Amino acid sequence: MSESAVQLDKTRGSGKGEPLVQVENLKKYFPITGGVFQRRVGDVRAVDGVSFTINRGESFGLVGESGCGKSTIGRTLLRLNDKTDGTVHFDGKDLHELSKNELRKMRTKMQIVFQDPFSSLNPRIKVGEAIGEALLDHGLVSRKELKDRVIETMKICGLADYHYDRFPHEFSGGQRQRIGIARALIMQPEFIVADEPVSALDVSIQAQIINLMSDLQREKQLTYLFISHDLSVVEHLCNRVGVMYLGTMMEMAPTDELFSNPLHPYTKALMSAIPVPDPTLKRERIVLQGDIPSPANPPSGCKFHTRCPMASDICKQQVPEYRDMGNEHFVACHFA
Amino acid sequence: MEQSENRTEQLQEQLKIVKTESPWKIAVRRFTKNRLALIGLIILVIMFLICFIGPYFSPYTLNETDVKNKNVPPGSLHWLGTDKLGRDIMLRVMLAGRISLTVGLVATAISVVIGATLGAVAGFYRRYADTIIMRIADIFLALPTLPILITLGAILSDLKVTPDKRIYFLMLIIGILGWVGLARLVRSQILTLREQEFMQATEALGLRDNRKIFRHLMPNTIPIIIVSATLGVAGAILTESALSFLGLGVVPPTPSWGNMINAANNLIDFRKRPWIWIPPGMCILITVTAINLIGDGLRDALDPKMKNR
Repeated sequence: MSESAVQLDKTRGSGKGEPLVQVENLKKYFPITGGVFQRRVGDVRAVDGVSFTINRGESFGLVGESGCGKSTIGRTLLRLNDKTDGTVHFDGKDLHELSKNELRKMRTKMQIVFQDPFSSLNPRIKVGEAIGEALLDHGLVSRKELKDRVIETMKICGLADYHYDRFPHEFSGGQRQRIGIARALIMQPEFIVADEPVSALDVSIQAQIINLMSDLQREKQLTYLFISHDLSVVEHLCNRVGVMYLGTMMEMAPTDELFSNPLHPYTKALMSAIPVPDPTLKRERIVLQGDIPSPANPPSGCKFHTRCPMASDICKQQVPEYRDMGNEHFVACHFA
Repeated sequence: MEQSENRTEQLQEQLKIVKTESPWKIAVRRFTKNRLALIGLIILVIMFLICFIGPYFSPYTLNETDVKNKNVPPGSLHWLGTDKLGRDIMLRVMLAGRISLTVGLVATAISVVIGATLGAVAGFYRRYADTIIMRIADIFLALPTLPILITLGAILSDLKVTPDKRIYFLMLIIGILGWVGLARLVRSQILTLREQEFMQATEALGLRDNRKIFRHLMPNTIPIIIVSATLGVAGAILTESALSFLGLGVVPPTPSWGNMINAANNLIDFRKRPWIWIPPGMCILITVTAINLIGDGLRDALDPKMKNR
């Protein structure tokens, strides 16, 4: 059922809706301090000039290796971190320009589901309160209605009403992730950043959570930024996908286009690593050489040239332009 | 099909019956399994009962002198003997206990309130608040405690503060000098907590600062506050005793365990009348040991890393 729902969604939100989130040339550098006076001696360029747009009702996937800046984008986008440069517009407003009070009001419209269901819940707060407290704090419901609202949301997320008075340590990882989703959902947000919501869970539970999320998207007209390093999950859930490497967007395209016609050598390497459930099938596996370079000292030119099988001199000297290849397909490679 | 539905219902019923346990209840259960800590708790409770209820059963009154019966060794009339003015030692030890325990508790309460608040503010707001508070803490830490206390005690004596008011000043002084350790503990704990994902979640939910501090951060620091406060009471009792022993804390005629041991300064009392100074000394030893046992037990019980139940 949910499978068909996702298919429906793909046709509905294939980049034709109005833009909800616009990220332009976003940069987030974390300072490296050293010496006696803790002076800034360098930067970790976690996010280094990324631009993309997420339209209302679509789910945008962000994939890449660990440490490539996916989560930092998610957090900087919601202003959980301060940005270094660039702009983030949400519903037409520049988030990083809002005052503390305006931002607090805006928080009800955008939410985040965290990766680690164990550290994202306060161990001393009962589940019911954890889910409902934000509603109360924003004055969105009265104390009387609160419990009904919370239980209603808990049921939508596949939790039972008697879970209300329990503490987080009494739940399994999958249940905790449902609590995290319920906590985000009860605010009735328009936009949810899902920061690797299933990577800490068993495969069987992953499917449940992903189906829950796609059902919710259909019912509540949600917009997702889905951060993941699991390409199959992204293919299943997202309308458009961006591929990141070392803080830069390498390729961005609608899901079907990207998976059928990857243009960037990094994307091709990633694709070749997706497991195929057929042991007899022979396929070409592109194995990248070397390790991911340090984001504190990224390579010159194209950041990928140190590991790219196609690299030539131009890649070391010139930063490839981020080009539109048609079909909403963008790529940053000299040879694409 | 129907059968399996029934079974899941039954299972859910069973799950409901399992009582939920808050982190506090788990801590209490662990504490009660710690025999040494329980012994400490029992001793402390008995000490409190003796000190606060005991005097009502005594046939003597506090400052009743009886020169005919001075320096009487322990016997049937005076169970612990009398001092050089013929006052009943047992009654004085009990009343001194009231003073010493109260000073210990109140002084610790003061330092906990100051320390926890300043530590929380420093850890939560960081930047200037943190720098200012922590530099003040460094200054307090750099000051040698005993000379300061002696100086302040001497000032109190010089201002001719009456003995009963002097106790309140003493509580205040010991309390104010003791907040630094706790402030640092609370600050570091809050600095750790605020980087946790659940604190990022409170930011994403747009919760107000006071809810973040009092509902999310403080409950997670209470275990270390409890442990530190418990051990702090023992420390405060010792500090008070040391000062009173030197004649700068609680001063006669108000009794305190410290100023009663002062009798041992007198060579004759020290050699020939041990009943005058041994009972208060034993009381300090027993009380402080009991409190430290409780503190250690609490530390083990409240440590979230100890998973064995």
